[in-house]
Amino acid sequence: MIRLILFIALLASAGVAGGERIEFHRDIRPILADRCFRCHGPNEKDRKSHLRLDQAEGEEGAYRTHKGTTALKPRNLEDSELWYRITTENQDDAMPPAESHKKALSGAEKQRFKQWILEGAQYQDFWAFIPPQPSPPPQVKDASWREGIIDPRVMAHLEKKGLTPKGEADKRTLIRRLTFDLTGLPPSLKEIEAFLEDSSAGATVALVDRLLGKQSYGEHMARYWADLVRFADTNGMHKDFPRDFSTYRSWLIRAFNDNLRFDEFVKYQVAGDLYPEASRDQMIASGFNRLHLIIDRGTALPEESHHKNVLDRVAAFGTTFLGLTLQCAQCHDHKYDPISQKEYYQLYAFFNNFDGEPETGKVDKGWRQAPFIMLTTPEQDETLAALRADEDAASAEVKKMRAAEKQAQTWPKLEKASVPWIWNDKDLNSKTVEFSKTLTLKQKPEWALVRYASMGEVEVTVNGKTLGRAFAWDRGLKVELSALLKPGDNQIHARAKGARGFAFELQYKVAGQEFTLASGPAWQARGDKSDKGEPWQPALEVHNAKHKEGWSERTKSPKIMDLEAQLAQAKKSRDNLLAKIPAAMVMRDRAKPKRTHVLIRGAYDAPGEQVQRNTPAFLPALKKKEGFYTRMDLAEWLVAEDHPLTARVAVNRFWQQFFGVGLVKTSEDFGAQGEWPSHPELLDALSFGFMESGWNVKKLVRTIVLSKTYRQISDGTPEEFLRDPENRDLARGSRYRMDAEMIRDQILFLSGRLNTTMYGKSVKPPQPPGLWKAVSMAAPLTYVPDTGDKIYRRSFYTYWRRGMPPPQMTIMNAPSREFCLARRERTNTPLQALLLMNEPEFFKAAKACAENTLKEAQGDPSRGLSLLYEKVTSHRPDQERLRLLEDTLEGFRELYRNDRALTESLVPELKKADLEPGANLAAWTMVTHGLFNLELAKVKR
Amino acid sequence: MMINPFQQFCDVQNRRQFIKNASIGLGAAVVSSMTGPLSAAPPRGLHHAPKAKRVIFLFMAGAPSQLDLFDYKPDLEKLHGQPLPKEISRGQRVTTMTRGKEQVICASIFKFYRKGKNGIYWSELLPHISSMADDICLIKSTHTEAINHDPAKTFFCTGAEIPGKASMGAWLSYGLGTMNRDLPEFIVLTSAFWSGKVNVQALYSRLWGSGFLPSQHQGVAFQSVGDPVPFLSNPAGVNRKARHQMLDFVAKINQEQQVLTGDPEIQTSIAQQEMAFRMQMSVPELTDLSTEPQAIMDMYGPEVHKTGSFARNCLLARRMAERDVRFIQLFHRGWDHHTALPKHLRGQARDVDQPIAALLKDLKQRGLLNETLVVFAGEFGRTTYAQGSRDRENYGRDHHPRCFTTWMAGGGIKGGISYGETDDFCYNIAKDPVHIRDFHATMLHQLGIDHNRLAFPYQGLDQRLTGVEESRVIKEILS
Repeated sequence: MIRLILFIALLASAGVAGGERIEFHRDIRPILADRCFRCHGPNEKDRKSHLRLDQAEGEEGAYRTHKGTTALKPRNLEDSELWYRITTENQDDAMPPAESHKKALSGAEKQRFKQWILEGAQYQDFWAFIPPQPSPPPQVKDASWREGIIDPRVMAHLEKKGLTPKGEADKRTLIRRLTFDLTGLPPSLKEIEAFLEDSSAGATVALVDRLLGKQSYGEHMARYWADLVRFADTNGMHKDFPRDFSTYRSWLIRAFNDNLRFDEFVKYQVAGDLYPEASRDQMIASGFNRLHLIIDRGTALPEESHHKNVLDRVAAFGTTFLGLTLQCAQCHDHKYDPISQKEYYQLYAFFNNFDGEPETGKVDKGWRQAPFIMLTTPEQDETLAALRADEDAASAEVKKMRAAEKQAQTWPKLEKASVPWIWNDKDLNSKTVEFSKTLTLKQKPEWALVRYASMGEVEVTVNGKTLGRAFAWDRGLKVELSALLKPGDNQIHARAKGARGFAFELQYKVAGQEFTLASGPAWQARGDKSDKGEPWQPALEVHNAKHKEGWSERTKSPKIMDLEAQLAQAKKSRDNLLAKIPAAMVMRDRAKPKRTHVLIRGAYDAPGEQVQRNTPAFLPALKKKEGFYTRMDLAEWLVAEDHPLTARVAVNRFWQQFFGVGLVKTSEDFGAQGEWPSHPELLDALSFGFMESGWNVKKLVRTIVLSKTYRQISDGTPEEFLRDPENRDLARGSRYRMDAEMIRDQILFLSGRLNTTMYGKSVKPPQPPGLWKAVSMAAPLTYVPDTGDKIYRRSFYTYWRRGMPPPQMTIMNAPSREFCLARRERTNTPLQALLLMNEPEFFKAAKACAENTLKEAQGDPSRGLSLLYEKVTSHRPDQERLRLLEDTLEGFRELYRNDRALTESLVPELKKADLEPGANLAAWTMVTHGLFNLELAKVKR
Repeated sequence: MMINPFQQFCDVQNRRQFIKNASIGLGAAVVSSMTGPLSAAPPRGLHHAPKAKRVIFLFMAGAPSQLDLFDYKPDLEKLHGQPLPKEISRGQRVTTMTRGKEQVICASIFKFYRKGKNGIYWSELLPHISSMADDICLIKSTHTEAINHDPAKTFFCTGAEIPGKASMGAWLSYGLGTMNRDLPEFIVLTSAFWSGKVNVQALYSRLWGSGFLPSQHQGVAFQSVGDPVPFLSNPAGVNRKARHQMLDFVAKINQEQQVLTGDPEIQTSIAQQEMAFRMQMSVPELTDLSTEPQAIMDMYGPEVHKTGSFARNCLLARRMAERDVRFIQLFHRGWDHHTALPKHLRGQARDVDQPIAALLKDLKQRGLLNETLVVFAGEFGRTTYAQGSRDRENYGRDHHPRCFTTWMAGGGIKGGISYGETDDFCYNIAKDPVHIRDFHATMLHQLGIDHNRLAFPYQGLDQRLTGVEESRVIKEILS
């Protein structure tokens, strides 16, 4: 917050001092956008007095004359109505009007307008909507800052502001900064040593190239992307069911490690499914379009759910690739950017054709929602094909038998007789009731047909053989069971659940005579009040049972049922196998495009004019083609060389990764309400170069981290921090608290337990009890932590439930992944302090780190403390600090020596031993734990 | 547009000065817990003088039936079993569960009695709360657009159906800053159990999230198992002395680092570690009910003795109010009565009736009710037509966003009145509609905030709790 005001104050004071010319975009447009565009902007519907101030020309443009007044008359304050309106004391005329709740223009702002009008009131095209232009590197005085794309442009800015950059950070700081920035992990002591020993001029270049080649590079880069596209393990709505998207994460990691061209990276995600003969990776990447929140089937209206999914997809597309708040145009024309509501729905139309359910209904055992592709190995393909063939054969057999049975069917049609409902009591109090009846036959019947039902669920067995489960009347069963009946006593047994009554009717023919056996008082029944069952009693008729008509005509014979059971078993084994095979939820379009309409006020059920797929007019046009445009056309449009946004938005976000703030601070919004870039020429040069390099991400990253700008010392004077808290001028190296994942991964790394296994499903490290239970509605209700070394995987693999994300992450500003997020904020709160103080696994890690270090110290505490300090901070302690460490260690030894119980609870494994080793380890643990809590450990600097 | 950054700036500066004066390391002042409000000065609103200093929001997740609790419609008795007239239902949107089904009127089986000096009707299910009728303002014409739980709850708690916006408590914390040195400004208490065991709807941390606001404003959800605040307790083998020694060590190095590097953020970290250390005292003190007299415990009912009960959370809410927590939000689930409403509603009403009444009385007897806005609401209402059975003991009701009853008490709200009216069928609003936006605007107003001016720039918009649509303060219910 302080940073904000100071920054604002700074901006205000910076302004246009020193006779500099007014830049429309930098100086005027932000004020117009904030105070005026709501009524005098691109949105036609809300426009007042036929005046739009976002453009100069046109019938309603700022230069127009309407009823004798001209809003802006270049070089003429007197005749410019705007000048009068922003300066008048007359409350009726003053702009912005009081009811808009907008602040009046400040004195400085008015001055800017005055100067601008006097200089000619010139409009410019909006910077972000013009393709990036290469510019020659500016001349700078300092010869050592003339190399490369970045440094001269940063230096020019500094020289203009009269600032001087810092020198290069020392090698220890540098390797720590680079290793964290490129892999998300700290350097090992060995790596530090090697770097220190390499005194060659190319040492840093070699280090960077080595880091770029690490597998952990891909994991680290992909993690930022995961925030951007709201990658998570659950649906995020209503019951918040799990869904397995882990193969998309694996693909991201591989894509960054393989340095997939960024234009391809974009195309795969927007339209990977539309490549001819799409590769697995292309298909997996298309899952980008499936990462939206989705509600489970049941209460919502499917057509509304469909609409919400499309909105979410479009918002993701806008934030991720265009850096635009497209969603603002879903109810009305965009208030600030030139996106009409119609254009919004033209974009919507690209994403409105999903071939799948709008709500989560059926998922497979691996929690994947159709459409998805199985990522099988060739061997698995063979096994599956074999299983499938077996299944098909069994299924064909069933079909054959059914046909034969049908032909031979001479069974009489059952009458719609009223069969009594029975239960063990009239009021249906028991939940589960068993029924029993003995049928005595003189000989085997010619045929025997039974039908039965329950409003709950019932399973009937005859002579111990099940006839199958039946449900309500229209889901009852009709079975031919003559094969099961024998002369003599036949035991009929039923078990009904659901407190809803049971009905049964058996017809059979013996010696040419037909008989009927129906449920009734002659049956025995018993409830479930005791474990062993209550005593058998005559069943009672239930009179108020309803819906007795409409018997199901499904017929089953035991033979078919046997086969069907086999079939079900085969299918189950195949499903079980499938659940173990990774799959990827993918995008798939319907063959015939769904019609899209403008939705009035954004309501799913208020279609207006029909629209065709297209892109907004202020951006380059799609390539002309026959027929309708596809998502692939849209993807190609994004990465066309004349597209002004895609490269800029991406480059800006990569920059943000390394400096904490983007060159455009609002990395999610490059529109009119977004912030003017701190270094426009630099952003353009980098973006242009990025495209020219073949959208080479590693090359861009390399360029950034090898710049002098990046390598500066991050220390400063209090005045420097006060003047530029966020380091927008780049007059020093950036320093800021690292992300939750980096902090936790570092702690695991230091403990020696970090499990570097890559890829695969998400894992569940321990978290405080009860968090899931407090919010859950459906299974899984509770969080069951994993055990073993799974819990030491890198944090990027931690299971992310959108309704209750892992607290170790969210407390440190990780997002819930319910919506696309281009930048995390960084706060500093007591809950963060508590997390680092008390997270049990973090504390265990401190102990493990202490134990390892003690061993390495070989009985020399000073050496051990120095080693420990170096592990945690990548620096060696100076004499004074070493003394502090020694004193602290001694203080803790003292404390634990005098408190056996406390020592034993910290070091339970040493319980029986002499107190001293326990107190020593406890003291070492506390020193390590303290170091983990230092700014030095958690701040990138 | 920017909210009192100056005030916050001053607070931080003062604290820094304070720390400097208190010498290097953890100062003596940190060790002695400073429980309670920052100062005895009268509360300052953001835009005007506030009527309330804090809010206790009782959120009934799942949506209780207004027809059976608050909105008395005796004439429906005669119409029970008849189809709802088409001119009333107007083909308006309903849920998938009852779409295409006949809409048959279902009267409440519960009796209503006149309560308080103005003789407002209250259901027999809420005998305790209604004994406080003269302090409560019923709002019978609350309405929303969302028809399903998740979006509706998200709307009520954050002002938008789509996730990503800031929650009510986060807005207040952001707008008004802290009143408190030792506790979070926004605390959430969820019931660990409830009586209505059907269709228990989920909650989401976004309901108390900070959305686009800085995350220090998000609600801290107290847990009923383990530590009330995540990671509050020291790990095994660390006691308060060891913790103090450790923080002292950390502060020493951090202070030195600040001198060496100039990074002002380090001071904030030190302050936050101090606050964490104080919370390790203040939170257990807050949740320790052993000092509550028997008579007070009895007032809240027998369930107060069970951890995680709504009753206990009500008592905790009062303790938080006393300690000047700004926004206290209770969630009680189990109100989604699509079937067997009478049975489940009885249980739910029993869960909350005595505790809420006790909370109101307790606040009142301590002189806190007039400065505490107590709010009772679910995410929407329930239909006048039956879902499933319309059997007198077994009827259910579907979701109904077009009208439902909420209430407010204390904090400058006129008690003993009923505001807004629904039609004879309790289907549409007949008079004085109150959109949730208006509800929000009114809440903010009572805390000294103009809802139009509490804004935060994000994604190209001045984001507000009340969004971009018009909303108004319900002046008619203010005392």
